[in-house]
Amino acid sequence: MKEIETIERSQMREDIIPFQPGDTIKVTIEIKEASGSGEKRTVRTRTQAFQGLVIRRQGAGARETFTVRKISFGVGVERTFPVHSPIIKDIQMIQEGDVRRAKLYYIRDKVGKAARVKKKKFTS
Amino acid sequence: MSKAILGEKLGMTQLFKGDLLIPVTVLRVGPCVVTQLKSKEKDGYEAVQLGFGEIPREKVEKKVNMPMQGHFDKAKCPPQKYLAEVALDPGEFKVGQRLTVDFAEGDQTDITGVSKGKGFAGVIKRHGYSGGPASHGSRFHRAPGSVGQCATPSRVFKGKKLPGRMGGDKVTAQNLQVVEVDKDKSLMMVRGSVPGPRGSIVLIRESVKIASKGKR
Repeated sequence: MKEIETIERSQMREDIIPFQPGDTIKVTIEIKEASGSGEKRTVRTRTQAFQGLVIRRQGAGARETFTVRKISFGVGVERTFPVHSPIIKDIQMIQEGDVRRAKLYYIRDKVGKAARVKKKKFTS
Repeated sequence: MSKAILGEKLGMTQLFKGDLLIPVTVLRVGPCVVTQLKSKEKDGYEAVQLGFGEIPREKVEKKVNMPMQGHFDKAKCPPQKYLAEVALDPGEFKVGQRLTVDFAEGDQTDITGVSKGKGFAGVIKRHGYSGGPASHGSRFHRAPGSVGQCATPSRVFKGKKLPGRMGGDKVTAQNLQVVEVDKDKSLMMVRGSVPGPRGSIVLIRESVKIASKGKR
């Protein structure tokens, strides 16, 4: 088992800021876009931001993932990323939240003002 | 030269390769020793016997009996925990030769192991029967149902899929791609899962399907 731990540790990124469920964050990811085929095939990379509320952090070590939820054009959108994924260019803290549970699934059933999370008063 | 080596399954994890997340099984591969060469004249068939897992010196007395000690002395190697025969050409090997990982990234391998024992299993788990509805007054849940016809043939056909012992079989997973090799630690990572529990012994061979393709 020691070997697997070493492998997983080598996969982990150290530049990821600490964040928790309830926080609002902005995840900047790198997206590869391919167009054309054969010799004309070109791969372009661009960045895209996904800003929303962290509703879950799951798993441990290199396998840890988190889910960000946002409302896009009135539709709830959730995206799950591996915390240590190389496609994540940057994670920015927008607002720290004050919540009482680890998984904020109840947010899915709330609309408008009720779907907010308390702002953290004292940041440590 | 076809390759074969014994190893131990250490467990599974994931690796980031580029922007892909690949599921891998980590294997400790070798070092193995060629303990015997089976020849047509003497044994009636050709094979190479490999040994894996050196027995520590202080345990040799307790673990190795005299006939086995003699067998290892012939190969001039320390006693090994596991022995396995592989159908390879004995002409390419020497007795006492040490084998280490010689697979490279991107190679296709076949990995043989003994699958996890599931005990006495019913037909749904063992053969993938669909079973009946759980509720709405249904009295048919996980039973196998009818096992055959009536007066003709008035018997149950041989090989009928019924409940019984499941798992613990020799299983080969084919075409597993080697994702990473660490020669210093003699570790190898292959894409996907490998039969058997963690800590079990597996035989890693060159993929038969890819090998036959190359010859054509």
